[in-house]
Amino acid sequence: MERHFEQDLEELKQRLLWMASLAERAVHQAVHSVLDADEALAMTVLEEEGAINEMQIEIDDRVMRLVALQAPMAVDLRFILAASRINNDLERIGDQGVNIAHSALRIVRHPQVKPYVDLPRMSELAEGMVRDSINALVRGDQVLAKSVLARDDQVDLLRDQMFRELLTYMMENSAVVFPAFELILVAKNIERIGDHATNIAEDVIYIVAGRDVRHPALDRR
Amino acid sequence: MPNPAMSIKIRKPETAAAAPAASASNTPLRFRISDLNFYYGAKQALFGINLDVPTNKVTALIGPSGCGKSTFLRTLNRMQESIRHTRMEGEILLDGQNVMEMDVVALRRRVGMVFQRPNPFPKSIFENVAYGLRINGWKGNLGEAVEHSLRRAALWEEVKDQLHKSAYALSGGQQQRLCIARALAVDPEVLLLDEPCSALDPVTTAKIEELMFQLKESCTMVIVTHNMQQAARASDFTAFLLEGKVIEYAPTPQLFTTPTDPRTEAYITGRFG
Amino acid sequence: MSLRTAWRKTVNVVMLSLTGACALVTVSVLFFILGYLVWHGGTSINWDFFTKLPKPVGETGGGMANAIVGSGKLLLVASLIGIPIGTLAGIYLAEFGGRGYSFIVRYTTDLLNGVPSIVIGIFAYSLIVLRTKQFSTLAGGFALGVMMIPISVRTTEEFLRAVPTSLREAAMALGANKWKTISTVVIPAAIQGIITGIMLDVARVAGETAPLLFTAFSNQFWSPGWNQPTASLPVVIYTYAIAPYDDWHRQAWAAGLVLLGLVLVANIGARVILARRAAFLKA
Repeated sequence: MERHFEQDLEELKQRLLWMASLAERAVHQAVHSVLDADEALAMTVLEEEGAINEMQIEIDDRVMRLVALQAPMAVDLRFILAASRINNDLERIGDQGVNIAHSALRIVRHPQVKPYVDLPRMSELAEGMVRDSINALVRGDQVLAKSVLARDDQVDLLRDQMFRELLTYMMENSAVVFPAFELILVAKNIERIGDHATNIAEDVIYIVAGRDVRHPALDRR
Repeated sequence: MPNPAMSIKIRKPETAAAAPAASASNTPLRFRISDLNFYYGAKQALFGINLDVPTNKVTALIGPSGCGKSTFLRTLNRMQESIRHTRMEGEILLDGQNVMEMDVVALRRRVGMVFQRPNPFPKSIFENVAYGLRINGWKGNLGEAVEHSLRRAALWEEVKDQLHKSAYALSGGQQQRLCIARALAVDPEVLLLDEPCSALDPVTTAKIEELMFQLKESCTMVIVTHNMQQAARASDFTAFLLEGKVIEYAPTPQLFTTPTDPRTEAYITGRFG
Repeated sequence: MSLRTAWRKTVNVVMLSLTGACALVTVSVLFFILGYLVWHGGTSINWDFFTKLPKPVGETGGGMANAIVGSGKLLLVASLIGIPIGTLAGIYLAEFGGRGYSFIVRYTTDLLNGVPSIVIGIFAYSLIVLRTKQFSTLAGGFALGVMMIPISVRTTEEFLRAVPTSLREAAMALGANKWKTISTVVIPAAIQGIITGIMLDVARVAGETAPLLFTAFSNQFWSPGWNQPTASLPVVIYTYAIAPYDDWHRQAWAAGLVLLGLVLVANIGARVILARRAAFLKA
């Protein structure tokens, strides 16, 4: 006899996944609006922010109800608590996408600073991390989640590389300061997206294995 | 455009199921109780109770021991009349009809009751379920009606081969489901449940709660429970009673997350007394 | 060990032995009586005993057919009087009675139970025999019936009270009114107990002799109808036992054996019925 509680859990999961797809799309579109200097695409991202925020509120509401009314235990409890955190990370990812879109609208008025090499690589990496962390959630795949954690360092390295390169450009030519600066912001945003994807992956490991793998440097003995 | 390499294909969830904004004011009502006062002799047990019981929903009554929730429940099908020296003032309307003006037998056919301890008759399983039908002069096929009731109570599969056996041969949880089947046999509009799971283990309790979830589509239910978690899990509306008065009455999610009365909050958080 | 401990131990052993011995005596009395009856009357139990009328004084042979039938008729009349009245009164006490009135009814029932059987006989004598100017089965049955009432009231009430209130509540919640609840739930739940009560009641009055002495009196022949004096086992035992004929003595033993057999069958039957009921409820 399937309990209607299981149905509620399933609905929560569905909404989380839907929100993830919205956030992922926002990031993808935002980055491409920079890469392709596509103003219309940037506007699309800004318009769809509302849907992500609405879903965040709905998910939080559901989490509250499930905890208050059903007193979940064990894996159900871990899932619901983690869902609340993933919810926030996804909303932040959406926000980063919006920030990137704003930057795109400002960059588009200036000529391109340089051919984009690191930016697409970094964004593909970050998007892949988001996608894989969500897939790991869907499939309960610890291994996939761990691979996400491993890639965070690469994203950070790419960001540092981009910073150095763009700084050099800015120092050599003061006319490109404004767009270059925006690109630095974009790089920062993408790096933050990677961090949020990492958080999601850590939550997945918590759900599946019950282990809190955040801050491994801390001695938990 | 979504990345074609994206491996999650997700449909947009229906938002209709999102947040049921049910409130007592926009759902049809089965019972309307107004200014109910109840006395055991000289002692007053219920003070000016006003409550609306919505149709085809589960309404839970919670509160500390002795707060009057069982007394109140029993006024709804006039079970209190068998006790001497009791007096009731106020109005209880069932679908607009005053229950005090109805024939009590007719009332109890429409409003059934399940008790705290399972109390099947010392008869066979079949005879237990058929009892209500027999005494009310049922003219149809008894066997079919008994089967239908047992199915509604999720007991048919377990007992279909032993209908002639004594009801006492069943386990506690099965006996309680048998009592539910017995009450359902006369097809009541309302089922009153007086702490139906307090004598049962958690697994059986979960089965019965799930049963209630399925039954409420066709049957309004009012359940008295001292187990708040049960009220939280199983009901749509909850009323908190204290010393014979209704302190707060709200949709269950609201009462258990943001109660308006501090006494309700004190009781729910266990800071009571 | 000290004197005190030794004393306590001795007292312990003595009391244990004494109480055990008395228990043994109690048990053996029944078997002693049974054995005595079988020994003395067993030989007289034959087909003639159950089918033939008594032979004239002095002649051997014959049987007690009329006494057996007579006892049966008396018990039938007694049951028709005692059982309905007693059972319904018992139902009243258990289900309807208010506090004050029930107390009076119970108390007087107990008093009635304590009235000596011979007094009840006199009562029946003056009420029926003097009026009708003859001894009759009816009068005897009436006396026995009056004796059956108090026991029937108490056992019915007890077994009805033993039915839990929760069953009554369940029936009422399904729309049964008070009488329907009693007739369809309470009485069927208590029926085994009530029946055993009736069986034991009948067995008890079957052996009453004193009231029959001046109500049904006795009869050497068949007693047709209900208005003639009739023979009965207890009275015949009385008559034969004090007579000077050996043959009659033996027949008296046999009659005693039959009576005791009736009582034993009723008691054992009662227990079997109750045991089977318990098994049904537990199974």
